[in-house]
Amino acid sequence: MAFDYFANPARFLRLANAVLPWCVGATVILLASGLYLGLFVAPADYQQGESVRIMYVHVPAAWMAMFVYTNIAIASVLSLIWRHPLADLAASASAPIGAAFTFLALVTGSLWGKPMWGTWWVWDARLTSVLILFFLYLGHMALTHAFDNPARGAKAAAVLALVGFVNVPIIKFSVDWWNTLHQPASVFRAGGPTIHPDMLWPLIAMALGYTLFYITLLLLRIKSDLIGARLRTLDSLRQDAA
Amino acid sequence: MTGAGGIIARDLKLALRQRSDAVMIVLFFVLTAALFPFGVGPEANQLAAIAPGVIWVTALLAVLLSLERLFLADYEDGSLELMALSPVPLELTVLAKVFAHWLTTGLPLIAAAPLIAILFNMPVSALPILALAMLLGTPTLSLIGAIGAALTLGARRGGVLVPLLVLPLYIPTLIFGVSAVDAALLGFPVRPHLLLLAGILLISLVVSPLAGAAALRQANE
Repeated sequence: MAFDYFANPARFLRLANAVLPWCVGATVILLASGLYLGLFVAPADYQQGESVRIMYVHVPAAWMAMFVYTNIAIASVLSLIWRHPLADLAASASAPIGAAFTFLALVTGSLWGKPMWGTWWVWDARLTSVLILFFLYLGHMALTHAFDNPARGAKAAAVLALVGFVNVPIIKFSVDWWNTLHQPASVFRAGGPTIHPDMLWPLIAMALGYTLFYITLLLLRIKSDLIGARLRTLDSLRQDAA
Repeated sequence: MTGAGGIIARDLKLALRQRSDAVMIVLFFVLTAALFPFGVGPEANQLAAIAPGVIWVTALLAVLLSLERLFLADYEDGSLELMALSPVPLELTVLAKVFAHWLTTGLPLIAAAPLIAILFNMPVSALPILALAMLLGTPTLSLIGAIGAALTLGARRGGVLVPLLVLPLYIPTLIFGVSAVDAALLGFPVRPHLLLLAGILLISLVVSPLAGAAALRQANE
């Protein structure tokens, strides 16, 4: 099965090297077309005017924040149960990327909130739960690097990631469970999207672009971690020989 | 079950011999809360309005301060390894230690909370709800805290790491703990808030022993 097959780092590196150029190309094309469609082609909102265009940066970033955390949780399960050697690397490499997307969602949301709601920040359920997600990312990163033995750090962070996963459904459903200033879901909802196709397509392009950007960075980071580990082994072998 | 009872009895005995620890926690709780009138001004209505929040936040910080006691001494002197080797499941050991921790921190905090409430001019009618909310909320704080304390055993800068891991997970308890007391003060139904607190307690009652035991096993490796 592919899952066991890629436990061998050399095989994984071969696949990563083959896929990376395609990922980079697709990321550039999707982000460029998504930004062009969103910022120039898509219509302005009849209520919000031009500031609705923040949506094309903000909404996919918020999706990515949850998507990346979900990936970390899945990698943590693979690491704790099957001790898959790449799962720890995938989790620790994903965390800073996810934190960056969460930060982007919080900042663009704040910039969007000022003209629309008249305030940079409100303590409603959606905003608070995303802020908690940001702190969970930071805790995960700090815990990963808090031990002299990196394997112990990875395992501890995996337990934390699974405990923190309770937050992800809370973020998703916070706009349904509580009366919030933040608007409810208009794309991923039962009964289909309520958003107009002219706005939906740029949004989809941006979301795919972000996802491929994430995959590109993830592959690069895992690759550099694997090469770093190989260098350390070679170094210690040389010192033993000397 | 004698195993878990033994651990509770042992931890309680240790806490009783080190009485100053538990007293310090309560003292910290009262002192920190007493800073607020200096910070926001002694205006009675304002103090009454912020009283539930101040009580919960300071209680949360006091619990945070006491978390180190939960596993660190046993980890350093090796008793934790013996507990892991004993026939008592490690999950039950975690639960027993958390229960002992709650008896020596959560309960004293609940007992001290009315004092702060009175200092802050909070109406006495809300005191039973405050006590009930804390009775449902403080065990959750000990349970979630145990995960953080177990995960950071043997870490560099473990002390600063625990708040970063634990505080985000404390926020739901804080929100519903405060809103229960606020509802009581404003005459709204308190039941939904208490039910949510109880729900969070039940979830952490399941998650904390599993995650805590997994973390302890990693620390013992």
